[in-house]
Amino acid sequence: MIEFLQQLINGVAQGAIYALIAIGYTMVFGVLRFINFAHGDVYMLGAFAGFYTAPGILKIFGGGPSYAGAAAVLLTAMVICAGIGVLIERICYRPLREHPRLTVLITAIGVSLLLGSGGQYVFGADPKAFPEIIADAAIELPTSWGSFSTLTITIGQVLVVGCTLVLLFVLKTVVLHTKTGLAMRALSLNPTAASLMGVNLDAILSFTFAIGSAMAGAAGVLTSIQQPSIDPLMGVSAGLKAFVAAVLGGIGNIPGAALGGLLIGLLETLVVGYVNPTYRDPLVFAVLILVLLFRPSGLLGKPEREKV
Amino acid sequence: MRNPKFCLILAVILAAVVNGFSSVINPYYYDILITIGINVILAVSLNLVIGYTGQFSLGHAGFMAVGAYFSAWMTGRYGVLFGESAPATGAIYVLALILGGLAAAFAGLLVGSPSLRLRGDYLAIVTLGFSEIIKGVIQNAEPLGAQRGLGGIVQHTNFFWTFFGVALAVYGVLTLVHSTYGSGFLAVRDDEIAAEAMGINTTKYKVLAFVIGAFFAGLAGGLYAHFKQFIHPEGFNFLKSVDIVVMVILGGMGSTAGVCLAAALLTILPEVLRMLSDVPWLPEPARHLADNRMILYSLLLIVLMLNRPQGLFGRLRFGAGKP
Repeated sequence: MIEFLQQLINGVAQGAIYALIAIGYTMVFGVLRFINFAHGDVYMLGAFAGFYTAPGILKIFGGGPSYAGAAAVLLTAMVICAGIGVLIERICYRPLREHPRLTVLITAIGVSLLLGSGGQYVFGADPKAFPEIIADAAIELPTSWGSFSTLTITIGQVLVVGCTLVLLFVLKTVVLHTKTGLAMRALSLNPTAASLMGVNLDAILSFTFAIGSAMAGAAGVLTSIQQPSIDPLMGVSAGLKAFVAAVLGGIGNIPGAALGGLLIGLLETLVVGYVNPTYRDPLVFAVLILVLLFRPSGLLGKPEREKV
Repeated sequence: MRNPKFCLILAVILAAVVNGFSSVINPYYYDILITIGINVILAVSLNLVIGYTGQFSLGHAGFMAVGAYFSAWMTGRYGVLFGESAPATGAIYVLALILGGLAAAFAGLLVGSPSLRLRGDYLAIVTLGFSEIIKGVIQNAEPLGAQRGLGGIVQHTNFFWTFFGVALAVYGVLTLVHSTYGSGFLAVRDDEIAAEAMGINTTKYKVLAFVIGAFFAGLAGGLYAHFKQFIHPEGFNFLKSVDIVVMVILGGMGSTAGVCLAAALLTILPEVLRMLSDVPWLPEPARHLADNRMILYSLLLIVLMLNRPQGLFGRLRFGAGKP
């Protein structure tokens, strides 16, 4: 029982990361109707942005690991990733907006490969140790909790889940209560009508990529707090799983992405804990195939009709 | 092609003649030649799926793995069923190749029939996921060597069988898409909704393209296993699939001749790049191009898609006439 609870806690922390990445997939899909394959690599770049800026930033905040320093590192990585996301959209996707879907898809795969293999060239292919930006330790649970006090909850896990919740709340406010958010929702409903109503398509698309990529960047730093080993290909598998999460929750649906991320994180941890670690990746893909077979619109999505 | 059957027979005879001289070819070049042949089969078969039917598959290496492992397992277990003479083991080898192809085709049917009801982008990820599942199953299958890989495969593949396979794949794909029945593939690619409205069973065509493509990929896998004599699950990973996809896109989707040329070029390219590392006067980055060829490939993909979506040799055709 205690062991199961422990697995659940680990799964929720892992799921929060997937949720953050999945949001980027789902937002871009919502407005552009295509899968941004390079999104997982933006997550990787977020981790590396943190890796290279953390020593300098921590020095400003007094040298050692600190919460203010960690927040600054997180924000820096988010800003850098937002910039990268906007650049990718501007250079690679915008010229292809009127092209066949296959062309855009292949370009996206190309961008993903370029970021991954370029990262191997620039950063080096070997895993790097992420600097300690907060003192990560297990939280002492009160002994009055009885056998529950043997559970291990680390500060990193609490921070990851907390940050994810805060970011989700900010995102919800932006999407539901600002004019930009209104424009985004209008675009995802009907791009032509939205443009006719004066929505600036290019600006909104850039904004969507910026937000999605910032979330991925945050996920990159947050994941490195828990598992301080980063390498240039870490984005591929995390990106694919986050994509499965987005599909599971219903692609195009932001709360769905968060829910899907959580479920995939839990599933993955439970499979590793109770079944066989080598089945982790195949099972996640099996979930994807099952979802697409039995409920292609996902858990929270609405079925969509193909129009002529 | 004015007379496809004649070309096929000519190609097979040519392959047999060249095979007679295989002992005088430098082993290094011989290795490259066989690899070119195997890659041409892979690229031509994937071109049927991507180029002619417009369905994006990122799992071709998975089908190749099915064929490679099935045929290697079969020759390993039943290789001397009819005795140890060369014709007897050769017959088992050919049978293993065909059955390996059929096993891959069956895998193609398994992936295809549920997922081809989906739209393009999903399909890419489902096929990728499926090849990961295949890899996962192999990694856990003790009779197939699991994580250690499968070794001790008898070398049967030679120039003749490889290019017999190439001729079959090219002939099969070209005559299929040029037949009346085969125009359904092109219709699905050009406009799926319109094709459906015209009464074409789009799902059937998509599944068929998948199954035929998977068959030839499995055949190529069998040839590969019986040439390299050792196969490993990681040899059929995502990057191998990407390699094949790059051949198709570089050559020009829907141009079999262009794809053949691109497959040959991209097989030779890493070897040429590797030679660069021995050139003393080149700057340091240029000498390491062979290790970083993925950067080159990905840049090629992006630049081609932005400026020349029809690929480098998209207008290249075998003989005169239609694509």
